[in-house]
Amino acid sequence: MRLKINGQLQNFAQELSISQLLEQLQLVPEQVVVELNREILTVDRHATTRLNDGDTLELIQFVGGG
Amino acid sequence: MLIYFNEQLIHVAPELRLFALREQKKPHADLLIINGYPVSEDQVLKEEDRVVLIQRGEQPTAAELEQLMMARHTPGVHEKIKNRCVGIAGVGGLGSTIATALTRVGVGHLIIVDFDLVEPSNLNRQQYFSDQIGLPKVQALQENLRRINPGIKITAIQQRITAENLSNLFGQVDVMVEALDAAEQKAMLTSNFLQKFPETPLVAASGMAGFEASNSIRTRKVAERFYLCGDGTTAAEPGRGLMAPRVGIAAHHQANAVLRLLLGEEPE
Repeated sequence: MRLKINGQLQNFAQELSISQLLEQLQLVPEQVVVELNREILTVDRHATTRLNDGDTLELIQFVGGG
Repeated sequence: MLIYFNEQLIHVAPELRLFALREQKKPHADLLIINGYPVSEDQVLKEEDRVVLIQRGEQPTAAELEQLMMARHTPGVHEKIKNRCVGIAGVGGLGSTIATALTRVGVGHLIIVDFDLVEPSNLNRQQYFSDQIGLPKVQALQENLRRINPGIKITAIQQRITAENLSNLFGQVDVMVEALDAAEQKAMLTSNFLQKFPETPLVAASGMAGFEASNSIRTRKVAERFYLCGDGTTAAEPGRGLMAPRVGIAAHHQANAVLRLLLGEEPE
């Protein structure tokens, strides 16, 4: 499966949910804003949303401080 | 002849002198300004001169202040932002600084929300004073903003922001600002707001700790309607604290992004 993540194409061996993708990328789900095909998905939808070949994702990691 | 007196266009007699105008309009004025320059000598006024007469120590009325401040705003800007509403989630180092900038520029309505109290450790970067320690931040900030510009509306709410209450808090805003502290809170606010309000832009910040180079802080469009200010990586952690200069830079990136969005410009 090919995904475009933050502008870069990446290949993945198996089907993934958003939760599984974030785990593979070693990102903390609660600290990341996920946009899938121009739609924002809150944390409660990560586990149930399956990714498809050709999907475009923006993964925006927040760091603390304000 | 027409002149601007305290920023309002008025008819006066030709060849009117400054001291005669003072006698007519404000006899006790002790600060006389023509076209932006303080003057002490009497002189003949010219067509379209801008004359401001001020009595030191006297608080101008809200209407007078609006006229006086409008003179400082770039033409066309004030009219476009005075009826707009901006929501600010969190009023720490980022939020208190953003609110101050937007108050000075004259955004008509700010909704500020934070659950926290002013603590001594906040004073290294946040827009509070040592005599405000212990007050709710939103109350202290509201007082400070009113002292700067009494002409804008400020809705101050002392509450912890959650995914459930943010629609009630920020449902009416034209632009939303994420100015929280913890990474989880920042992501929660951003994801939930953008999902619930599909038309409204949001300006967030990530990465502004320490004293790295100023120019590493940028404004980027990272997703649809989602703008992010900061260096993206420099977290606050033990040994690398948050300090006024760099937090201020990120905050003013956010404030300028808000201003650009209100004026119909792309922030990036």
